[in-house]
Amino acid sequence: MCGICGCGQTNNTGKLKPVLGQHQHVLKQDHDHSHHGHAYDHHSHDHNESERLIKVEQDLLSKNNVYAAQNRAYFQQHHIFTLNLVSSPGAGKTTLLVETIKALKDRFPIAVIEGDQQTERDADRIRATGIPALQINTGRACHLDAHGIGHAVMELGVKGHSLLAIENVGNLVCPSSFDLGEAHKVVVLSVTEGDDKPIKYPDMFHAADLMLINKTDLLPYVNFDVGRCIHYARQVNPDIQIIQLSATKGDNFSVWTDWLVKRVKPELND
Amino acid sequence: MTNLPGENLHLPEGCMAGIAMHELSLLENVREILEDHALKQNFCRVTKVTLEIGKLSCVEPEALRFGFDVVMKDSLAENAELIISELAGLGVCRQCQQQMAMETLYDPCAYCGSLLVTVSQGAEMKIKDLTVI
Ligand SMILES: Nc1nc2c(ncn2[C@@H]2O[C@H](COP(=O)(O)OP(=O)(O)O)[C@@H](O)[C@H]2O)c(=O)[nH]1
Ligand SMILES: [Mg+2]
Ligand SMILES: [Zn+2]
Ligand SMILES: [Zn+2]
Repeated sequence: MCGICGCGQTNNTGKLKPVLGQHQHVLKQDHDHSHHGHAYDHHSHDHNESERLIKVEQDLLSKNNVYAAQNRAYFQQHHIFTLNLVSSPGAGKTTLLVETIKALKDRFPIAVIEGDQQTERDADRIRATGIPALQINTGRACHLDAHGIGHAVMELGVKGHSLLAIENVGNLVCPSSFDLGEAHKVVVLSVTEGDDKPIKYPDMFHAADLMLINKTDLLPYVNFDVGRCIHYARQVNPDIQIIQLSATKGDNFSVWTDWLVKRVKPELND
Repeated sequence: MTNLPGENLHLPEGCMAGIAMHELSLLENVREILEDHALKQNFCRVTKVTLEIGKLSCVEPEALRFGFDVVMKDSLAENAELIISELAGLGVCRQCQQQMAMETLYDPCAYCGSLLVTVSQGAEMKIKDLTVI
C-alpha cells in the first residue's frame, strides 16, 4: 500500500529505489533510453496532421512539487517535524545526526532517511544508535525527490510527534530545487570549506532556513572568517538563522538541540 | 555516472564537478510532463518545446541545450527544437521599497545598499508551450 502518493506500488525488496517518474520505481541506471518510451517509438502512421500549439505554463518541478505537497500535508497531520539536511560531501551531516540522536532520542521518536548515490554506510551509522533509518541509493541522480521520500516514510513507519531527518546527497546544487515536503532545509557548512560558499552556491543558501557552521573546533587551524561567512549568507538570504557548533567536540551543540526540541515539541514553549 | 553525447564522458560521483547532472534531472521532469500532456491532450509528437528560465533560477540554459537531445532521445520529443526564453531578474528592496534589476541572488539594493532585497522575478523555470502533432 502506498500511503502518501497513492500510486499503489509496493516495494518488497526492502531497499527503496529512487523514483523519478510516476510509476517507475526503479532507476534507469544506464541511461539507455532504448528500454523505455516504447509508447512513442516508431509510429507507423504518417504525420500529415497539422501542427498545433499547446499552452502549458507549468513549472519544471511541478510533478515533484505535487508529491512534496502530499508529504507536507502528511507530516503536518501526523506532527512529524521534518528537516532536509544539505551540504557538500563531508561537512558533517551524518556525524551531526548521530550526536543529535544520542542527545534527543529519549525525548521523542526520531527517524532518519539517508540519501547517497551508492552505499549503505551512513544508514548503518544511524542504525547503530538504535533508531530506524532507511537508505535511498539515488544511483546517478544527485538529489532525493519527494516521491521517493513519501515511500520511504511509509516503509520506515515514521511515528507521529517525532523528528524526521533527511540527509540529502552531498551536493550544494540540485537539492536546492527539489522540495521534499520538509519544514526547513538546513544547510551545513564546515569551516574547512571556505567562508565564501554562500555566494558560490547562492541557490542553496537562499533556499535554507537555517545554516549550521560546523567543525568550529577547527577554526584555529583554518583560514575561515566566520563574520564574513555570515555576512555572505545574509546577503543571499536575509532571513537565514545561523548556529555555530562542533558536532564532534560538542561546542554550542545545545543551541542546536534546543532549536529542535522547541519545534518538535511546540507544546513545551512558553 | 551519466553518458553524455559523443564520447562517453563519465561525470564523477556527486555532481559538484558535473553540474550538468542537475539540468539532466530537470530535463527528465520536462519529458515526464510532455508524456502526461500527450496522454491528456492526445498527441504523439512534440516538434518544439519553449521553456522560460529565469536568470536567478539555478539552471544554466547552455547546459539545458546540451542535455536536451540526450534526454529526449527515443521519447515523443526526439529531435524537437528547444527554445529557451530567458526572464530577467528583478528584486524589491525591503528597506527603501525600490524595484531593481538583479544579476545574482546576492545583489545588494542598487539604491540604498541594503542586503534585504527580495526576489520578485527571475526564479522561474517553466515549460511555456509546446508545438505538437
Ligand atoms: N573536527 C571535526 N570534525 C568533524 C566534525 N563533524 C564532523 N567531522 C568529521 O568530518 C568527516 C565527515 O563527516 P560526515 O558526518 O561523514 O559528513 P557528511 O558527508 O556530511 O555526512 C568525518 O571524519 C567526521 O568525523 C566537527 O565538528 N569537527
Ligand atoms: Mg553522510
Ligand atoms: Zn508512489
Ligand atoms: Zn534599498
